[in-house]
Amino acid sequence: MSQSTEVNLVGYTVEKEYQGMIDAYEKAGGDKRALQTKDVAKLVVHQNRVLSSDGVKGIKIETEETESGVKVNLTVEEGAKIARPIHLCFGLLPKEGLQEIIMKVDAQDNSQVSVIAHCIFPNAVKVIHKMDADIEIGNNARFDYKETHYHGESGGIEVIPKAKVRVGKGGVWQSTFALSQGMVGKLDYDFEVFCQEKAVAELTVKAYGKGNDDIKVWEKIHLNGAGARGLAKTRLVLSNKAKAEVKGETYGNAPYARGHVDCIELVNGTEAVARAIPIVSVTDGRAKVTHEAAIGSIDRKQVETLMARGLDEDKAVDVIVKGILR
Amino acid sequence: MLEVQKLQLTLNGNSIINGLDLHVDKGEIHGILGENGTGKTTIANLIMGTNNYKPTAGRIIFEGQDIAGLSISQRAQKGITLAWQEPARVEGLTVRDYLALSSHNGQSDQIERYLWTVGLEPAQYLDRDIDTTLSGGERKRIELASVLAMRPKLAILDEPDSGIDIVALPLLLNGIIEMNKQGSSVLLITHSERVTEISHRVSILCAGAIIRTGVPAETSQWFKDNCRTCLHINEPEH
Repeated sequence: MSQSTEVNLVGYTVEKEYQGMIDAYEKAGGDKRALQTKDVAKLVVHQNRVLSSDGVKGIKIETEETESGVKVNLTVEEGAKIARPIHLCFGLLPKEGLQEIIMKVDAQDNSQVSVIAHCIFPNAVKVIHKMDADIEIGNNARFDYKETHYHGESGGIEVIPKAKVRVGKGGVWQSTFALSQGMVGKLDYDFEVFCQEKAVAELTVKAYGKGNDDIKVWEKIHLNGAGARGLAKTRLVLSNKAKAEVKGETYGNAPYARGHVDCIELVNGTEAVARAIPIVSVTDGRAKVTHEAAIGSIDRKQVETLMARGLDEDKAVDVIVKGILR
Repeated sequence: MLEVQKLQLTLNGNSIINGLDLHVDKGEIHGILGENGTGKTTIANLIMGTNNYKPTAGRIIFEGQDIAGLSISQRAQKGITLAWQEPARVEGLTVRDYLALSSHNGQSDQIERYLWTVGLEPAQYLDRDIDTTLSGGERKRIELASVLAMRPKLAILDEPDSGIDIVALPLLLNGIIEMNKQGSSVLLITHSERVTEISHRVSILCAGAIIRTGVPAETSQWFKDNCRTCLHINEPEH
């Protein structure tokens, strides 16, 4: 693994790729200054090429290019409190290709960081984006992870994010996966979190399925330590012929563990299909795990409320969908 | 401004609105006073076009045009709006967003002013979602603020006082008076004589028809004497 702490632009092709990624990110509504500011830790990867990698004090980013993607080691040093979010930008500009990200995260004890990942595939026709993450959150550490995808309109993309997260005593893992711009394509999300004593895990997935999008979400939280808490939350909106299946699992295995599975899927139209499979399990009588799942159409009264303020029906539905996925 | 003529609504063979006539002047607060089940909310839905209600017969004339065939949005764009008895809650939509959607100009200082008018401190509410974390009373007051922000020509307020505690009620009534001062006519639908005190005229609704219209004090007293003790709902005898 080689560590890089400076913008690494070598040669015209890399520079062009970098600019292409930045432009695509901006077109998708992102603020490119976040990727160009010097004192912000960041990593920009196009397909299997590391275009930029900057650390800051307390953050170490190591990368290794592979044939199909990049291996990334991200270390947050013990006790480091990182003031500004780390920006990770992964993407693929051509219509076809494969990008595999193998990520290892070590957020050491008492550290605190927020990570924003932007995944950009504006032209995808036949693209696969895989992420396999192994994440260690130390005792009393806090790690906020937000992953936002920007896809094109063809739907020709397969997104397969998988992560195993271990949260130490008193640690906090919060993640949000959002895919509401462009077509989803095929999504197979699989995150599993193991919580020790008084650790907290919150998993949120938000997606807007359209066309023939196919969404699978699998969230698993194991509350293995006393007083651990977990929330698995999903918000999906489906239109056209999109289909989705959500599995939310929470296991209360320790005294006073508290968990909740919360899934809402809204179906707009008559051809989309939504399923929700909550699994809650308790192996300690002092633990408590609950669930709620609601699948239905967009609430007519909400639509009419906004129409009575002058919005037309399409705009009203749009506001409601954006609210759910915000 | 609003002229409702011989309005009828029959649902599943049941006559809900029975030849209702109603006239609201420009600049008027017009109270509709009625017991539960007399058709108050149905009138609001028919005028606004909500809940998929369409008149079986009769006309709804707004500023000279029959609006019965218009969509909810078209009616709103003509200057009519409705504040529901149980306002909808929308996850992910903040109070700020909601008021801005309703607002003529979206200016934040105006939005804040409307919240103050209904007795809510903007700093505490602007960034909150209009979801289930708000109490019923808070949600009702935000609904009124959003109507204020819209500055409609005609505001239909369906039971604006329900769920409002006695401390907040004067603030809410003040908000309605403010709405009227800024140029809106108000159709104030309620079962409370107290609320209709701010009206210019009050009509009593019984079994889907207006049976009496007059000044608030006398009409409310008549309502109290005759309707509070009356058990019938569906067969007006007056």
